[in-house]
This record gives sequence, C-alpha cells and structure tokens, in this order.
Amino acid sequence: MESFQQIIFNLKQYWADRGCIIQEPYDLEVGAGTMCPETFLRVLGPKPYRVAYVQPSRRPADGRYGENPNRLYKHAQLQVILKPSPDDVIEQYLGSLEAIGIDLRKHDIKFEEDNWESPTLGAWGIGWQVMLDGLEITQFTYFQQCGGIDLDLVPAELTYGLERLTAFLQAKDSVYDIEWAPGVTYGDVRFEDELQFSLYNFEMADIETLWQLFALHEKECQRLLAGWPDAPDKKRYPLLPAYDQVLKCSNLFNTLDSRGAISVTERVGVIARVRKLAVGVAQAWVEQQQ
Amino acid sequence: MSVPFLLEIGTEEIPDWMIPGALEDLRRRFLEVMPGAAVSTDATPRRLVLRAARLAEREADREELIYGPPKAAPEAAVAGFARKQGISAGQLEVRQTPRGEYYTYLKKVAGRLTRDILAGALPDIILKIYFPKTMYWTGKGGPRFIRPIRWLVALLGDEVVPFEVAGVRSGNVTCGHRRLGKARIPVTIRSYQRRLARNYVLLSAAERRARIEAGIRELGLTPAPDQALLDKLVNLTEYPTPIAGDFAPEYLALPEEVLVTVMRHHQNYFSVREAGGSLAPRFIAVMNTDSDPEGFIRQGNERVLRARFNDARFFWETDQKKSLAARVPDLAHVTFQAKLGSYLEKTRRNVALVTELGGDQDARRAAELAKCDLTTELVKEFTELQGVVGGLYARVQGEGEGVALAIYDHYKPVSMEDTIPRTPAGQLVSLADKLDTLRGCFGIGLVPTGSRDPFALRRAAQGVVKILVEGKLHIPVRRYLTGIPELEAFLEERIRYYFKDIRGFPYDEVNAVLASGWSDLVDVEERLSALHAVRPTENFEPLAASFKRIQNILKQAQFTEGGDIDAMLFEAGPETDLYEAFEQVRRETAGREYLPALEAIASLRPKVDLFFDKVLVNAPDERIRRNRLTLLHKLLKEFSTIADFSEIVTTH
Repeated sequence: MESFQQIIFNLKQYWADRGCIIQEPYDLEVGAGTMCPETFLRVLGPKPYRVAYVQPSRRPADGRYGENPNRLYKHAQLQVILKPSPDDVIEQYLGSLEAIGIDLRKHDIKFEEDNWESPTLGAWGIGWQVMLDGLEITQFTYFQQCGGIDLDLVPAELTYGLERLTAFLQAKDSVYDIEWAPGVTYGDVRFEDELQFSLYNFEMADIETLWQLFALHEKECQRLLAGWPDAPDKKRYPLLPAYDQVLKCSNLFNTLDSRGAISVTERVGVIARVRKLAVGVAQAWVEQQQ
Repeated sequence: MSVPFLLEIGTEEIPDWMIPGALEDLRRRFLEVMPGAAVSTDATPRRLVLRAARLAEREADREELIYGPPKAAPEAAVAGFARKQGISAGQLEVRQTPRGEYYTYLKKVAGRLTRDILAGALPDIILKIYFPKTMYWTGKGGPRFIRPIRWLVALLGDEVVPFEVAGVRSGNVTCGHRRLGKARIPVTIRSYQRRLARNYVLLSAAERRARIEAGIRELGLTPAPDQALLDKLVNLTEYPTPIAGDFAPEYLALPEEVLVTVMRHHQNYFSVREAGGSLAPRFIAVMNTDSDPEGFIRQGNERVLRARFNDARFFWETDQKKSLAARVPDLAHVTFQAKLGSYLEKTRRNVALVTELGGDQDARRAAELAKCDLTTELVKEFTELQGVVGGLYARVQGEGEGVALAIYDHYKPVSMEDTIPRTPAGQLVSLADKLDTLRGCFGIGLVPTGSRDPFALRRAAQGVVKILVEGKLHIPVRRYLTGIPELEAFLEERIRYYFKDIRGFPYDEVNAVLASGWSDLVDVEERLSALHAVRPTENFEPLAASFKRIQNILKQAQFTEGGDIDAMLFEAGPETDLYEAFEQVRRETAGREYLPALEAIASLRPKVDLFFDKVLVNAPDERIRRNRLTLLHKLLKEFSTIADFSEIVTTH
C-alpha cells in the first residue's frame, strides 16, 4: 500500500519522465490548481509548456470542522498541463494511474462528460470527469478559453484529487485515516487546519474587514492595470503582481461566501468584478508575451 | 459492380446523450452525397460508424451539351471554342436554339469513381455533423468536433477511401477497448464487427443493451425499470457488464427519494426492490469491462455510495436544526429573478394567488412553505430533489399530511409524461406557482424565443394546462393571465399542443373549439369530446361544410350585424322550414349538454341543404336579402358557441 506522499512522488516522477517540469505549489491561497499562474497565464499564447505540481486548494465553503470524512476545506490537487495536448494524452493519463499501482484490467474506468467552467476566470474547457469504480478521481479538460481569450494551443489539463485517489487506493472510508507517511495519518497532519479554518470561515471571519481587504486588492490590481497601456517598458511591467491581487480577491470572495455574507443577487456582481480583473491581466499578459 | 462501404470515426469519449442525434445527422449528410444508399449506423462512446451495403463503383456516364458561338460568328471564334473543348471545329454541331443557331458540342462525361466522390465529400460530412457543443484541439482556428478525432477507417470494398480530417489520415486500422482490446487492429469490411467484438467492443447498441439485461437477470435481481438509465449506460460503455453491490441497511432510514436519487442520478446505479416492493439495500452498477474477478470494482462502488449516503445523512440531520417555517425569512436572500425579486416575494404572491383560486388552509400553508427547502443543505446538494425534500421535511416537522403532500408535489408535472399533483391542494399550489412565474416573466418581457427558454416557461405553461384539465379544475384561467396578449397566445399554443399532440384530437377539431373561445379548460375538453363524438355521424361534416359556405356568403355580402329576423318576410317552403327548425333546435339545445346539443344542430343539415338548393340568398329585394342573411348569421352565431364548425376540414 502506497502512502499519500509516495503516490505524489510516483505521479510527479511519471510526469517528469514525460517532459513536465515539476513546479512547487504557488504560495498564495487559490481555490484550484487552475488559478495558479503556472496554468492560468502559461496556457495563454503560442509557447508550448509542460508542467506538473501539487497545489493545496482552499474552498472555504467545503470545510466541515474536520467532522465529515469526505469533505475538506483544503485539499491537494495534482495539476498537470500538457500544452499542446499530445494525441495519446488519454493513454498517457491512464498510464499514470498504472504508475500508482492501479491495475486497470481489474478496475472500471469511464469518461463521463463534464465541461469545466470558471466564471471568475473567464475560462472554460471541454472534457470529462474520470470515474474509477464509480469514484470521480480526475477532472480532464481541454482548455478552450482563458481570461476570455481563445487559446492558440489547446492544452490538456489533468486535475487529480489526491486525497480521494489515496483513500481509494488505501481502501479508507475517511480521508483522515489515510496514511500520509508510514505511521502518520492525514488526520495527524491536517486535522487542526480543517477545524480552525472552518471555525474562522464560517463563524469568526470579520465580514467588514474582508470586504475592505477585497476592495484594497481590487484597487491595487486596477491601479496596475490602468498603468499598463502607457507603460514605457512593457517587458518589465509587473503583471504577475497584478495577478496576485486577483487571487487575493478570489479567495476573499470565497471566504465571504462561506461566511454567508454574499446574497445570491450580489454574487453575480462580485464574480463579475473578479472576472474583470482576471480578464484584464490575461489580455495584458498576452500582449506582453508577444 | 456494387461494393460495400464502411466509415468509422474514431474519437475520444463522446457524451452519451449526443450519440443518437449525431448518428442521425451523419446518415442524413451521407445520403445527400449518396442518394438512395442502403445505410446503417452504429456507435459506441469512441466511434461513430456508418455502413452502406451496395454502392455503385462509379457514377453513370452522362452527356453534357456545351454551347459555343452563334453560327454567324467569325471562323476564329469557332475554332477557339473547339480548341478549348479539345476537338476540331468539324466535330461541332449546329443546333437550333430559341435565340438562333449556335455551335454546340455534346461532351461525354465519364461518371466519377465513388471512391473519389467519397474522398472529396467525407471530410465535410464528418466535420458538419451537428453536436450541441463542440471543441477545437489542433490549435486556434482548427476544425471543431465533439471530441478529438483520433483515427478514421474508410473502406470502399477492399480499398481505403483516402482523405484527411484534422491531421488524421483515413485507413483500415481500428482500435479496440481501451484496456481489454488491442490498440491497432487492421480490418476489412467483412471482419470489422467481428474483430471489434474480439477486442471487447460490442458495436451494436442493441447487443450492449441485451448484454446488460441478460447480466442483470443472471444476478437474480429486480431493478426498478429505468429505460433512460439503460439508454445512458448503453452509450457510456463499449463492453458493459452489470455487477451487484450492497449497502448497510441502516441507510434505509433515510428517505427512499434521497437514496434513489443518489444511486440513479449521481452514480448511474439501478436501485433494487424487495419482493414486497420496498427498497432493498442493494444496487446494480454497470461496468465498462468484462468482469470483476477480485471484487475490486464492487468494493469501490460500495465505498463511494457509502460516502454519498453519509453526506446525505449529514445534510438531513443538519437541516432538521431549523424548521421550514423558520426558514421563510431566509427566502429574502434567495433571488428568484432580478426584476421579480426574491423567493420571499414570490412566496407572498403564490399565497395570495392560491387564496384567490380558492385554496383551503392546507394549500395556503403549503404555498407559504413550498420554497423553503431552497435554503436547505440537502437541496443545495441534490437540487433535483427540491419540493420533494420540502415535503419530507414538512412531514417530519408535523405540518400535516395535506401540507406535506402539496409541497412534495408542487413542481409536478415536470414533463408531459409526468403526473399532476395528487391532491387538490397540491394542484392549486403548483398552478399558482407556475401562473405567477408566467405572469411575472411575461410582464417584464422575458418571453421564450426559439430554443431559448431559460425560465422553462413552456414547461410551466404546459403544466398549467395539464393540471387544469386533468385535475378537472373549473377555473377560468384566462382571467388570471392579467390581460397580457402574448401570454394568452402562449398559453393557447400550449392548450393546442396538449389536446392535439398529447391527447390526440384532430387539429381541426381543436381549432374549431378554441375558435369559439376558451378560459375554463375543463369546458374546452368537454366541448372537444362532444365534437369528436359527433364528427363521424352522417350529418355533421356536410353541415360543417354548409357553415363554411354561410361564412363565405356573409363575408362576400359584407354583412354587418343588426336588426332582427322578420318572420313575415320568409317564403313558405325551405326558407320557413329552416327558420322553424332553427328556432326549435335553439330551444332544444339551450342548457343542454354538449353532445345532445351538437346532435340536434347536426340534424339541421337536410333543412340547410334544401335552403341552399331552393332559395336565392341574394334576392333582388334588399329587405328579403337582408332578412335571409340575418337568418344565416344568427344560425352561425347561435351554433358556434361550442365550436366554430367552419374550422372543420371536410372532405366534401
């Protein structure tokens, strides 16, 4: 039985062997590996790129105080970007499952239609959820648009839910029982994290403060974007820091949402604000790369 | 010589529900190029296949007449024309045309090879197959298809039909099941289906269906019949095999609706019934592989289901901490539609409308609580259970069975096949909810156009019609449409559709009844049934034809209403006879049921016929003429309240 970390090692090695650079997680709060600049910005433009990284992904509303065996405030995704997508991408993907000890002749694999979309990022793609014995283990997406821009090269994005996959391989009913490293469980490592952030996100986060922070980050991003058209030296212009502000806004939005501070009516408007920033950065980035 | 043809478009997994439409479109487009071909189609998630039995190897030769210069043209022009055609001027023939004499050349054109025609046409046929959502994969501006095309088989007889789509060249190599079959399998048309089967691809949907059904029989279980799920699994697999799994009986404490929804909609499992009809703690999953020798697949599916059920139980328990009644104020935070306000506002309108429609205490209470489940965790997780969850919660929270059932049913009917709410209270709540949505949306100009109907207004209107008619609710529905002409026309369209397409009444009978006006739809149904019953009787259609004649006469005479009949002006004979019969039938039919009334009206036929036979309507004397027209007008008007007979299409 492979440990959580061993499964990660194996997957990274597998994709490294197929030409991916192995990145480290991005050091800001994100809701999904897709939001990291390594995906969101790199899929834009005509330059081929292959990368794999584990990204801890925060979804404040999914927190359950460490009580629910299947839901986590923060889970780990293995994100793989193959740009452009190779013709045998699905076979390569299935090979990665075999690399972590899944004998596919003894299991049931189905590809069920699931088109991914992120309104906050102005991004969408076509693809599947990959079902292994009835469990969704991977989101497989052919990116079509990002930041509202049609992509030059179509990347395949593979997003593995690592906790689920490990629970499956270790036959554990609770994510907290999976073995992270020999003798150490996932619960040992992460329980406090789940408990305390659930408490904060659902009960204690100060709504007023979060809105202020949101406005500050939005303003900072807008300021940078406003300077872009007339920037004297475009190659050196700080668009990456502008994108960090977008990520901040996105996480604050998620936290406010889990705190119950955003009505359904407001929701659409706030999403549109974040998307506007994301699209602005994406467009500038494409120009900068030319 | 005729030859068979095979086309296989090898793709990555196509969404199951798009497959039947794509095959139909592929067939249609192929027949445009090969008219009259005997074509069959098949598909799995990874391939769309078209086979034609006997195609001619080449088109028939044909002759084409090409016109050159006129006969009077200079010799050089004639020679130039001949040279262009590759012949000598002597081979040209002068023909008489409407514009004079011209040099012509009768060119013999050899029929093209079918192989060449197909090679030219197939890329276009393939790329134009309609899919609801497509993607590109070779780069911006590249071809679009439902999923990437990975291989192409195109054989005409023993030969490959050469072409290329999205960088993929056609050939004779297919691909087996992803894990059980070989990846590269050379085939001929004869060996194709057999070689696929050996590589764990059952090409025929019927065969896959039969394999699932036989597999379920072997398990000795009785699944809840579910054709839609079966269809889905047939198109989600290349080699389907059912297996059975269990879940802990303790989960049966959760409502059956929740368990079945999790199994059916989230996991694609068939649920299983005990002999007594109650839900069994078992399920049937269909794998896309041949067997599960070590039980891994069963265990995996059981574990997934357990996790799902645990979630549902967690949500159920959390939701009980706050009653539906206590959730009413929370509806202020759930938007119904930006301009139409929150669900709290909608709830208030629904309650008022239910009251106006004569709803009792149960109906009013149900209307008040009906939308509260939108704020529950269980509905946020399983949105398809809205209404149902509210009903279940109402029951456990002691709201009373009448209220619980009305909430439970208030989204019904969700389709034309679905039943209407079981209780009068449920029917009124559903009716009010739908009418409010229709009035609100039409009131702010949100009118469905073409296929765009984001608020599902067609379904709402169809539900209104079905509930009113099948619930036998004598409600003058027109009064509740707030006088919006577009909404009246929209509902009339749905009424027409319901009686014609769902209930099977002939279209002209539906037109005839609706042309006499509508509001109480139970009354419309009664008039329609009576009309339908009287239709085949001997006198009816001829009378209907006469009514149409009357209408034409009145129109031609530009008759305007006014003035009474002056019986003194009638001549003895057919004219007086018709008048007396008219008066008699009028007295007889007053207040009678529709069928006897229609029978009595139909009995007028001989008198009407005789009238037209013997009496000249356009009499020279203006007073007599007007009197006759008035008689006809009254006849028409008096007897058109049940149905407008002139709408009946007669064979005479």
